[in-house]
Amino acid sequence: MIRVVEEQKKAIALISGGLDSMLAAKTVMEQGIHVEGINFFTGFCVEGHTHAIRERDKAKPKRNNSLWVAEQLGIKLHIVDVIEEYKNVLINPKHGYGANMNPCLDCKIFMVGKARQWIAENGFDFIITGEVIGQRPMSQRKATMPIVAKESGADDLLLRPLCAKNLPPTLPEREGWVDREKLHDITGRSRKPQMAMAKDFGIADYAQPAGGCCFLTDKNYSAKLVDLWQARDSKDYELDDVMLLKVGRHIRPRPHFKLIVAREEGEGRFMQGYKRDFISMICTSHTGPFVLLDGEPSAEDLYLAASITARYGQGRNAEQVDMAITQKDGSERTIQVKPLAGEKLPEEWVI
Amino acid sequence: MNREILNARRLLCPLPVIRTQDKVKQLQPGDQLEVICTDPGVMQDIPAWCRINGHKVLESSSGGHEYIIVLEVGR
Repeated sequence: MIRVVEEQKKAIALISGGLDSMLAAKTVMEQGIHVEGINFFTGFCVEGHTHAIRERDKAKPKRNNSLWVAEQLGIKLHIVDVIEEYKNVLINPKHGYGANMNPCLDCKIFMVGKARQWIAENGFDFIITGEVIGQRPMSQRKATMPIVAKESGADDLLLRPLCAKNLPPTLPEREGWVDREKLHDITGRSRKPQMAMAKDFGIADYAQPAGGCCFLTDKNYSAKLVDLWQARDSKDYELDDVMLLKVGRHIRPRPHFKLIVAREEGEGRFMQGYKRDFISMICTSHTGPFVLLDGEPSAEDLYLAASITARYGQGRNAEQVDMAITQKDGSERTIQVKPLAGEKLPEEWVI
Repeated sequence: MNREILNARRLLCPLPVIRTQDKVKQLQPGDQLEVICTDPGVMQDIPAWCRINGHKVLESSSGGHEYIIVLEVGR
């Protein structure tokens, strides 16, 4: 008699660091499937960055939630740098943006597509996501579920364990790799079913990010990104742009240049790393913030920038302050300026 | 045993983890990697990444604004 030993099936789970993807992976692991995690770094999942940069955030406990989830589940995690490829998703989203600059549906299609590519290269059998029908207004609706599956190329290799019973059976279910009856039928925005499931699994600690972990869902961040694109007359960006949009006050007094004013010491120290890429300035007669100038300011613009910078230092009420201006090549000169007067900066300058 | 140094200064998490992950793929079990970073988050993230992927942290230290982790590649 020939005995056929079936190989253990392998799945890759998209791990965001939140509860849903954790539960989805756990649900499938419970069925004897070998699960590993994958997490895509777009450049906009930058919560950790502000912890790293800002002094006042340093006291907060700092952990990467996707690594933490993988460790809790006891699975490997593959973190993939997709910064370059993601640009096309953000710049040209086929399905458009959400409330801000968040291309959520295109983003999901892109990530599932990358996971599809990964399983083909690594000999895995199917893909798991923590998607729930009705959970998110743009990317997790009944109508978008088949769009993600189809446009990503994953088709029926994409299993959503938390809402699978509300969707047509996928290949892993039809082939009996997983038991459909042991999957779930969660719908809607309520978190109660997930919290109950977490309790059943003995999961007491989990991240609850509001609006996801993506800065593109943030109104202020999106405004700075749009401003950057308008000023450059191009929708391109580099990772350093993404980082700098998250630090400092951004003030654009003229269309062709803006100031990035450090709000505290940690930001100033981080921004000093960009002294070779931007003109920078700091007050030398009084305590004041470190400032980067993005753009091509004229001599007159430099004076205006220095007077704005002076407003944010201890010399704001002085008749005159000394401002050291450093060019990208390191050459430095000091000018005397009168701090810009007035209660507030013109609103249209503040991004 | 081979020992290499990875300069991950100025990179913010999770990039130092990603660079560590990519470098470890090129190394052999038993090799050591010294990762030099400026983001304090690595003191949590790189050991966590090592634990879930079967690598061993031999040493972690900080001085000034730099954080150094030495790991041994697992099997």
